[in-house]
Amino acid sequence: MAKVSITVNGKPQSAEVEPRTLLVEFLRYKLNLTGTHVGCDTSQCGACTVHLDGKPVKSCTMLAVQAEGRNVTTIEGVATGDQLHPVQAAFRECHGLQCGFCTPGMVMSALGIIERHKGGAIDEKTVRHELEGNICRCTGYQGIVNAVLLAAKNMGLKVA
Amino acid sequence: MYEFDYTRPSSVADAAKARGDDSSYLAGGMTLLPTLKQRLARPDKLVDLSGLAELKGISVAGGTLTIGAMTCHADVANSADVKKAIPALAVLASGIGDPQVRNRGTIGGSIANADPSADYPAAVVALNATIHTNKRQLAGEQFFKGLFETALEPGEIVVKVSFPIPKRAGYCKFPNPASRYAVVGVMVADTASGVRVGVTGAGPCAFRAKDMEAALAKNFSADAIANVAMPAKGLNTDLHATAEYRAHLVGVMAKRAIAAALG
Repeated sequence: MAKVSITVNGKPQSAEVEPRTLLVEFLRYKLNLTGTHVGCDTSQCGACTVHLDGKPVKSCTMLAVQAEGRNVTTIEGVATGDQLHPVQAAFRECHGLQCGFCTPGMVMSALGIIERHKGGAIDEKTVRHELEGNICRCTGYQGIVNAVLLAAKNMGLKVA
Repeated sequence: MYEFDYTRPSSVADAAKARGDDSSYLAGGMTLLPTLKQRLARPDKLVDLSGLAELKGISVAGGTLTIGAMTCHADVANSADVKKAIPALAVLASGIGDPQVRNRGTIGGSIANADPSADYPAAVVALNATIHTNKRQLAGEQFFKGLFETALEPGEIVVKVSFPIPKRAGYCKFPNPASRYAVVGVMVADTASGVRVGVTGAGPCAFRAKDMEAALAKNFSADAIANVAMPAKGLNTDLHATAEYRAHLVGVMAKRAIAAALG
């Protein structure tokens, strides 16, 4: 067993884990943060996307021990109390989900996209390219892409 | 995953010491962790290289771009130094996997793994890179030996990769639509030591297309290789593409890479 200390959604968390424990298992089973989903478990679908020091990563393809001393943000850390984050609000507004299974990962990836283009411009092609790491089996993506573009606009990016 | 021990040393010397006969080095883990999850490997210990400061960073000096082995693809893709020195390398890095993978996967891990469809090997071969390990320096062209096989000895650690800056270079790949791995990827580089064409995805490991190089040395344009056929013999056949189709794609990707280099 190894002791791991990770700051999750701003709160320091420590636990004894096996080295083979995945970060997503640590989040879901040790911390009961079940908003982060496991879809494919093969680093393709992106449902497990969280932020590691502000950058989107797939938590099913990372060991908890690799996150030692780092900052992790999950979907539970995105809203402020009952106030939805502009990205979450845009997903609701644009019907960017149907069953909702991929949505936590989509939102975490969308936050990464908007962060990478902060202060600049963004277009539909860029959003589609940068959502390549997330799979949705319901929506056909149109609502998701619209949601990311609306959120980008509401967060001050120029939308081409 | 089977059980294993885990250690994260803070120096290259300690990392080399920590590794036993049945242990593995862990870089970004984008291939190793899926391999472990499928129980296709059973190391007794993972030696995590992420604590080694010597393996990080990007620098340009004396006509050479040097990238630390633990530098992730996103950092290469977004680096102002890389975009200025070898824009084709930034383009290559920006097309690996997806954003989440690019935030974890590393150049050292990619070349040490030597996946036949990985992108970086095309650049290592075409740009005549030098692989610096904790023991020696290896010429890029001699680094890849076969399918998932390199010149690295057991326990040897890639520390950094240095790329002589070419006059111009271009990279183009035909990505697998699901994984974004290169079904075929070609880098064409006009370098101080002549025109070099590095091909990945097509064969067991990256190689130079020397007939194309000879034609491009005389005339650096897509037209120059219009009649240079790539033999299908020895190329890969799998569920994604036959050897004949890959041979055809080498020509198509090379022409697009030349256009990008001239762009």
